Amino acid sequence: MTTIIKNRQAVADDFSTVTLAEGETAETVALPAGPLLVPIAVWQARKTELQSRGTPVGVWLAAGEGPEAIAGDLATLPVVGVHFPKFVDGRGYSTARLLRERYSYCGEIRALGDVLHDQLFLMARCGFDAFALKEGKDIAKAVAAFETFRNPYQAAVDQPQPLFRRRAA
Amino acid sequence: MYRYDQYDQALVDERVAQFSDQVARWKSGELTDDEFRPLRLQNGLYIQRHAPMFRIAVPYGMLASNQLRCLAQLGRQYDRGYGHFTTRHNMQFNWPAIEDVPAMLAELAKVQMHAIQTSGNCIRNITTDQFAGVAADEILDPRPLCEIMRQWSTFHPEFAFLPRKFKIAVNGAKEDRALTWFHDIGLHIVKTDDGLTGFRVIVGGGLGRTPIKGEVLREFLPWQDILTYCEAIIRVYNRYGRRDNAYKARIKILVQALGVEEFGRQVEAEWTHLKGGPATITQAEYDRVAAFFAPPAYATLPAIDEAFVQQQAESVPFARWVERNVRPHRVPGYASVTLSLKKPGTAPGDVTSDQMDAAAELADRYSFGELRVTHEQNLVLADVEQRQLFALWQEAKAAGFATPNIGLLTDMIVCPGGDFCDLANARSIPVANAVQARFDDLDYLWDIGDIELNFSGCMNSCGHHHVGNIGILGVDKGNEEWYQITVGGEQGNDAQLGKVIGPSFAAADVPDVIEKIVRFYIAQRQDDERFIDTFRRLGIDAFKVAVYGDKARLKAA
Repeated sequence: MTTIIKNRQAVADDFSTVTLAEGETAETVALPAGPLLVPIAVWQARKTELQSRGTPVGVWLAAGEGPEAIAGDLATLPVVGVHFPKFVDGRGYSTARLLRERYSYCGEIRALGDVLHDQLFLMARCGFDAFALKEGKDIAKAVAAFETFRNPYQAAVDQPQPLFRRRAA
Repeated sequence: MYRYDQYDQALVDERVAQFSDQVARWKSGELTDDEFRPLRLQNGLYIQRHAPMFRIAVPYGMLASNQLRCLAQLGRQYDRGYGHFTTRHNMQFNWPAIEDVPAMLAELAKVQMHAIQTSGNCIRNITTDQFAGVAADEILDPRPLCEIMRQWSTFHPEFAFLPRKFKIAVNGAKEDRALTWFHDIGLHIVKTDDGLTGFRVIVGGGLGRTPIKGEVLREFLPWQDILTYCEAIIRVYNRYGRRDNAYKARIKILVQALGVEEFGRQVEAEWTHLKGGPATITQAEYDRVAAFFAPPAYATLPAIDEAFVQQQAESVPFARWVERNVRPHRVPGYASVTLSLKKPGTAPGDVTSDQMDAAAELADRYSFGELRVTHEQNLVLADVEQRQLFALWQEAKAAGFATPNIGLLTDMIVCPGGDFCDLANARSIPVANAVQARFDDLDYLWDIGDIELNFSGCMNSCGHHHVGNIGILGVDKGNEEWYQITVGGEQGNDAQLGKVIGPSFAAADVPDVIEKIVRFYIAQRQDDERFIDTFRRLGIDAFKVAVYGDKARLKAA
């Protein structure tokens, strides 16, 4: 059990994130019991097996992977993870927006990897609603980051109308 | 100019609070240096050779007099009594303490200024023509759309961590004065035969290590679509731009790798989903913002002021200043004045706090309280009555702003170089000053005429050396400072990259080399040919021979 931020609060979470270590293959990697987040390769290789486990299964996307690869399965996935190898690698922001705005994905989008306090506000604007904060970082303090700016300028997932349309109203 | 409402003000105030908290968490060790670095950069804060460098945004170059006074005060209180204007309209302070930066930001917020996204791998300050709104050749004042784009790019949630920095320039006149061919996105305001207004969109230009002239992505884009279209461009770049090598991470590298046709196809495919969405600019928003840039209350004046004509006839120094530093205005009886920050012997673009106060005072008394920062690192008073020019000139002279050298050899663009910057390979200011000293004879300078000399202390090209008629680039050879010379670069509608003339030179030889190039031009020019025209006629090889003599001739043979 780990603690993640979900809906702007610290909550217990029992998903295990499966990664393929050197030498492991999607077909043979051991899958722990309980809810899982698996890489695309594992999902594609063992979809039937994963769906018959009776516990929730989500897919996590690496930084270079877009939502196109799992577009057909999104309706069956309760969680999509988006991995940030380094917090300065901003590809995941586009991934989340595409999931929400292009593919109308309504499930949980969870930020994984190098996820830090000062990026939470931007991530939330792009459609992330769950955050596995980097280990050792202060979750209680980090949740304050969602309040950084009250009325940002742009249209995004959290606020589909840009300020100039709200200003006029 | 644009004035904040409660929403704009809240955003900069919240930014001050956010950054103060980040500095506190960094000091307490909660944020590591690596985690803090991109955060401070997105607030314009570098750790430099001697001290931090703090870069403040001057959006599309517009400054109100009270804002310039605030900069003057920051210079006195937190720096050493001066600041430096950059080629992207911003102001840099070279000596503040990191701990003071939150307080400086709070002072800036009081005058509607900030340092948001003046560095970092995000959308930077949007630049434009310093004569926007007053130029006779203008199609449409670009500033309202620049402001709308400024707001859109500020804290853009998707584009805060791009592969590399991202610079946009907008030009609204027939003549390009914003270096649009050498930006990540360059925009030309155009009008179609049907009377529609929009943009020609240029993408993938840039200077730096790999100088590339941008390519036209779209000949016409309706102005209402500019935000959604830019989002499509930058999303493609964010997803597919290289992140494995910082030197190959700019959008120009992606555009070159894909080819502009394929890049354009991907952008258009992305845009089909975004086009017409909520970010489409409304006429109401355009009108709201454009109202801030409405012409000031001009007096009704004769087209030519008789006393002004007389003063030029009576004073040669005044007439010279008028010829170089004063530009015609679209309103009868008015003129635009460039205050030169290129007085020989000073660091180009540097301005003392006392000078900032003096310039603010001149703006209040002569130009409706506003100034512009040019990418050539000078200041402009855009709206001066002709009948006031003589008085203004005398005051500008007293403040050290009236060197009559705009567009002449000593009006060089120069980066801070190795005296300040961590990236620099070589010093630029002392060598630039040595060149200025060589050309200190005003008659000679005038005889040379229009010429642009640009100087960068390293290949990051902050001094735009690639597009100088003469470019000087500092290079490091075995821990020694050397200088590579290019000739034939040009900004404007026919923007070109300069060509390297040959092996580089020691600092002490640079003035001689520049003089050889200039003397060759003077010997060869026909009639009123400008330097760049003579270069185009003769080509690089002739200049090589002029500089290297027989060595170059043998090589060319």
